[in-house]
Amino acid sequence: MGEKILMKGAEAVAEAAIRAGAMAFFGYPITPQNETPEYFSKRMPELGRVYLQAESEVSSINMVYGAASSGIRVITTSSSPGISLMQEGFSYIGNSNVPCVVVNVMRGGPGLGDIAPAQSDYFQGVKGGGHGDYRNIVLAPHTVQEQCDIMYDAFELAEKYRILVLILVDGLLGQMMEPVEFKEWVDVSKFRTPDWAIVGKGERARNLITSFNLLPEGLERMNLELQRKYREIEDTEARVEEYMMDDAEYVITAFGTVARITKTTVKLLRKEGIKAGLIRPITLFPFPKKTINERVPQVKFFLDTEMNAGQMFEDVSLAVNGRKPVYFYGRTGGVVPTAEEIFDAFKKHI
Amino acid sequence: MKTIYKAPETMTKKDTTYCPGCPHGVAHRLVSELLEELNLVKKAVIVWPVGCAVFGYDFVDTDASVAAHGRAAAMATGIKRVHPEAFVMTYQGDGDAASIGVAETIHAAARGELITTIFINNGNYGMTGGQMAPTTLIGQVTTTTPFGRKPEANGFPVHLPEMLATLDGPAYIARAALDSPQHITQARKFIQKAFNAQIKGLGYSMVELVSTCPTNWKMSPVEAMERVRREVLPVYPIGEFRVVKGVE
Repeated sequence: MGEKILMKGAEAVAEAAIRAGAMAFFGYPITPQNETPEYFSKRMPELGRVYLQAESEVSSINMVYGAASSGIRVITTSSSPGISLMQEGFSYIGNSNVPCVVVNVMRGGPGLGDIAPAQSDYFQGVKGGGHGDYRNIVLAPHTVQEQCDIMYDAFELAEKYRILVLILVDGLLGQMMEPVEFKEWVDVSKFRTPDWAIVGKGERARNLITSFNLLPEGLERMNLELQRKYREIEDTEARVEEYMMDDAEYVITAFGTVARITKTTVKLLRKEGIKAGLIRPITLFPFPKKTINERVPQVKFFLDTEMNAGQMFEDVSLAVNGRKPVYFYGRTGGVVPTAEEIFDAFKKHI
Repeated sequence: MKTIYKAPETMTKKDTTYCPGCPHGVAHRLVSELLEELNLVKKAVIVWPVGCAVFGYDFVDTDASVAAHGRAAAMATGIKRVHPEAFVMTYQGDGDAASIGVAETIHAAARGELITTIFINNGNYGMTGGQMAPTTLIGQVTTTTPFGRKPEANGFPVHLPEMLATLDGPAYIARAALDSPQHITQARKFIQKAFNAQIKGLGYSMVELVSTCPTNWKMSPVEAMERVRREVLPVYPIGEFRVVKGVE
């Protein structure tokens, strides 16, 4: 770790990706994350790496797909409507087993929506916005620092499982200035082309990257292998932060920006003598079911809070499985709830 | 005895999935011969399309991928940008490159991506059963133009090479035909120039190959070739539309 630098979230995420070894960025402008590609467009050429502005998000994700297929660290960033356009690519990447990192700076939807911070792409990222039984690993940092640290993990997870890793953040995190301490640079001179990559066959047998298999039994085998991989990820990669949970009788669940706000709510509740705690999933897939499950006996109720109409709420409810009440409080359209607002919503259930 | 002609080793011994009389095999052979002749096989990556050539990797033995429908030029861009030493080409049909993927095609060309596209124009969607393509001729009956393509309802045929030739990014843009030995020999020369454009780093290159689809045209292979000469080539003329210095 080095010195602390005051940086805007949207630029820090690019710098973190560069230090984590991103060798190529392909993207298309969209608010509220334009500072990120702009930062890449300056830094990548300086380092002799690839920056390219595509003609659309449809194209940029397929450029990512191509670069990922040739075995290098590649990233794109976008925001909700752009990520919708990429869903075809997500599905193909999913069934081709190639690694890449995508950042979605979520904004208010549906449709053109607005450009204010939201979390309404949880279903799209976690449940699959494209066709078929594929999954992404989905990470949800809640501070600029965590967003930078997690970028290293994102590339490592992508390569370990040959999977698309989606980092879900929102415009608030992007526009926020915070002191950041970057991790050590990844030594890209040690990168080697993986044996499955398509770069020209040389002296070996040819490699093929495809999501295609016309034989139902063959395609089922591919699906079973994907599902085996996803189970392994669920068994080993779930991450969660538990905040003031040791003696908690009430749990607020939240991710990303809202989790950050609810830390204040938890403190407000504690001031009133209410033993509240926060469970903050850091991985949305795999969802930290085990942690929630273990906390059910000590808890009177759960309150899930999100900047959407109740998306992660469904996963919390599945994990609680009817044993305790699970309530929901959310704002939509790009409205960011205050800690006091969540406090009031909580108090209604006591 | 001296061998004067043989199948290129890059073409596998697998039976193809193409219909009898389909010129895809001829196009595969031209590509394979030139990859060998120009010593490109070991560094070649071919991005195959969605369409009849989706299994192309089974017949031409190079590193390969299968792109989503229309996205081959974007995928090839991603590969070439990070591995400039590779020889990267796409092999696409008319629905793929000129309809659903026309944005990817045009912008790859406009950027002057160092990739090569072999573009098969057979005037319809072959694999899905003969629907109207952007290249379908006026009056041509397909399964989605049962009364013939009418301009007022279905618009006009798209001339992709002519469109791309207006851009500054491409180094070589041409159209050839696969209907006769003479035209096939010419097509080979055109493809060689397209490959040269990439090898020499001059820019994007594309060769359209006017082809046939005997099954969906409901013609014998010979009749289909005759139709190309009679009806198709007058609309889609053979020629070189953009040739920058040095591709020869």
